[in-house]
Amino acid sequence: MSIRRHWLAALAAFALSGVSAEAVTLRYANQGDLKSLDPYTLNETTANAHLGHVYEGLTSRGKDLRIGPGLAERWEVLDGAKRWVFHLRKGVKFHNGEDFTADDVIFSADRVRATGSNFQTRVPKGAKFTKIDDHTVEVLLESPNPILNAQWDTWYIMSKKWAEANNAAAPTPASATTPSHASLNTNGTGPFRIESHQPGVKTVFKVNPAWWGKKEHNLDEIIFTPIPNDATRVAALLSGEVDVIEPVPVQDIPRVNSSANAKVLAGPELRTIFLGYDQTRDELLESNVKGKNPFKDVRVRQAFNMAIDKAAIQRSVMRGLSTPSALMIAPSLFTHSKDFASPKFDPEGAKKLLAEAGYPNGFEVGMDCPNDRYVNDGPICQSIVGMLARIGVKVNLNAQPKAQYFAKVLKAGGYKTSFYLLGWTPGTFDSHNVLHDIHGCRAEGSPRGESNLGGYCNKEVDALTDRILVEADPAKRDALIKQAFEITTKEFAYVPLHQQALSWGVNLNVTLSQRADNSVLLYWATKK
Amino acid sequence: MLAFVIRRFLQSVVVMLAVGLIAFAMFRFVGDPVNQMVGVDTPQAEVERLRAALGLNDPMLVQFGRFILNAAQLDFGISYQFRQPVTRLLAERAPATLELAFTAAGFALVVGVLMGVYSALRRDSVLARVFQAVSLVGVSLPTFLIGILLIYLFAVQLGWLPSNGRGETVTLGGWWTTGLLTRSGLRALILPAITLGLFQMTLIMRLVRAEMLEVMRTDYIKFARARGLRTRVIHFGHALKNTLVPVITIAGLQLGSIIAFAIITETVFNWPGMGLLFLKAVHNVDIPIMAAYLMLIGFLFVTINLIVDLAYGLVDPRLRIALRS
Repeated sequence: MSIRRHWLAALAAFALSGVSAEAVTLRYANQGDLKSLDPYTLNETTANAHLGHVYEGLTSRGKDLRIGPGLAERWEVLDGAKRWVFHLRKGVKFHNGEDFTADDVIFSADRVRATGSNFQTRVPKGAKFTKIDDHTVEVLLESPNPILNAQWDTWYIMSKKWAEANNAAAPTPASATTPSHASLNTNGTGPFRIESHQPGVKTVFKVNPAWWGKKEHNLDEIIFTPIPNDATRVAALLSGEVDVIEPVPVQDIPRVNSSANAKVLAGPELRTIFLGYDQTRDELLESNVKGKNPFKDVRVRQAFNMAIDKAAIQRSVMRGLSTPSALMIAPSLFTHSKDFASPKFDPEGAKKLLAEAGYPNGFEVGMDCPNDRYVNDGPICQSIVGMLARIGVKVNLNAQPKAQYFAKVLKAGGYKTSFYLLGWTPGTFDSHNVLHDIHGCRAEGSPRGESNLGGYCNKEVDALTDRILVEADPAKRDALIKQAFEITTKEFAYVPLHQQALSWGVNLNVTLSQRADNSVLLYWATKK
Repeated sequence: MLAFVIRRFLQSVVVMLAVGLIAFAMFRFVGDPVNQMVGVDTPQAEVERLRAALGLNDPMLVQFGRFILNAAQLDFGISYQFRQPVTRLLAERAPATLELAFTAAGFALVVGVLMGVYSALRRDSVLARVFQAVSLVGVSLPTFLIGILLIYLFAVQLGWLPSNGRGETVTLGGWWTTGLLTRSGLRALILPAITLGLFQMTLIMRLVRAEMLEVMRTDYIKFARARGLRTRVIHFGHALKNTLVPVITIAGLQLGSIIAFAIITETVFNWPGMGLLFLKAVHNVDIPIMAAYLMLIGFLFVTINLIVDLAYGLVDPRLRIALRS
């Protein structure tokens, strides 16, 4: 009896799907899961992009990553960037029909800074939010911050009433013992709402007809499926079962481009891939040099910079899909980046420098490398082993999955590395983050330099970084940034390698804007 | 008999504890779960707080004891990635895996027996040689390669069958989802079931062929012929029946491994079952899911072996007598 009823239901569903054949459905597959729907649980590009269809921030970022108005129509920066006033958009409604007001902003500001949130740095701890009226919020800071709203496009505003009614007023902590409502349900203001979510299997987004903005897509529905296996993901694109995939593995790009129904959208990404070396320990953890640390000598660091052929890596390992970089930040994020050039590839000169530094026969060093985190990360490291062998440095490569790699090299693991490969995208799309997080001097109890695994340290750079944070004049600010990068490149703080390329697979009947931060935003997609 | 059952049962419990301990020891080498749960630019203090809250700083034995106590009550904790109870995640995925495994086993059994019988009876025919060649492929090619070849041929080139997923599913009784009642669900099942069942199929085919050839040489078949029974009756009424006893034993034992090794097939076809969940959990160091899955598979094998042992006791009179004395 119940089976028959299900047959009927299935038949009815089939008939209905026939009726609504006009509905445009876009199918999208990514290698990663959409894990939790709580927008404060995991600060990760893919998750933020997914939830950006449903939730919105006070600001937004356009196709060129420029900051624009979002839920706030406009804002005023007062008192030398110490006081900010945000004027909220009127007539915006959450998906459940509630009005969006200043109370929701104040609630979200508290929630995003609460324990268990992975986005605590989005809003400074001491910032005071005050409601002036229903659609005006004043933010008072303890110290000036001209880039306060740089990351507010992914600080998503949640409904106060909805969260409180569903016992979700606090972010879902990772150590929770009961699942929270907000990790399985959403109530945003965005152009899509989530109709169903099976974690790790399928998520269905439906268009929100009551959205306040101007629609730039023609979709009624987005079906998202995570497909972790590369070959399966590419096959699904080629067979037309999915319309958009991210990423396409580098070696499959020609195959996708030569197929009749799909192509690869490629473009420079913002992530910089680089090599770093331990410059703090008095003796390297993994080396045959005892009693001293060769990387403390700037000549050795310069030799490493000269011995690595970035063009060869681009040509043979990345198959042309990368942009060799002289700086630790992508050129599109820093106006003066043209003024910097990589040291010339010169193995003979590098050898000479090593000899001057007291290593005429080179030395031996261990290298840590992830093999499932960045595009072709394992092969890049292997090619570097070969290049350094030419100047007599014997590299013992330890390439391992990201789970083990990060456990070893990050602060939590005690920075246990002598030489490593890492990638970095400044979350704020700004040089300050690069200078503060990966060039700042490490100090106990301070967040400065927490991701500076090699421990490069120059107080002058730190002082410049602090001035950059509070400098409100863009031209002066860029000059200060340039000054800081001049010091770090002269001291060879790192070996910048390249910016890897984005590679999205797109069916030929879909048009899509590709944003350089690798956010797949389907509210800019149209499907024929 | 009772003493035998109790003894076997206690042994099973010891095996399960050992599985749990080994699994737990392995987790120390898979990496740090906290790094997978937060972004790279998360402040260190927050990371430390999280680690303490998850109890990852406790000594290993304390963690293990806590795990076993909860597991005994079927509570495997909350998944680190999904923030949902592991028991529920596994229960949601179990129908997909079980449907795939049983379809694959059914396919292997039916096709394997038919092919085996045919190649035993018409040993020198062309088709029998083709079957032998196919069985070689099934035995020697790794599952993921077969899966990718099938996808390439039937999904990408010919476009006949879907390359991934489970198609549309229907919920039965509120807890079981099935793809067997929809067209797309059935279509989606074909390629993964063949991929998963191919190895077992060749195994069964070869077994049936060998057994059948053996049986055909026995005296009672000769007598049957001498009595003038029809060939069909001899082949299927007498010979095949006597062939099937070892086949059924093997097929039953292999069912456990079909479920356990569905991991690879599920990954290649993006089949939303327990195996895929487990594999992703390994990548993300989601210890609660890994632990629960390993315990579940351990439990499956232990149970099947226990049943087989008990069945031997029932079937084999010599064992019964030995036990009584």
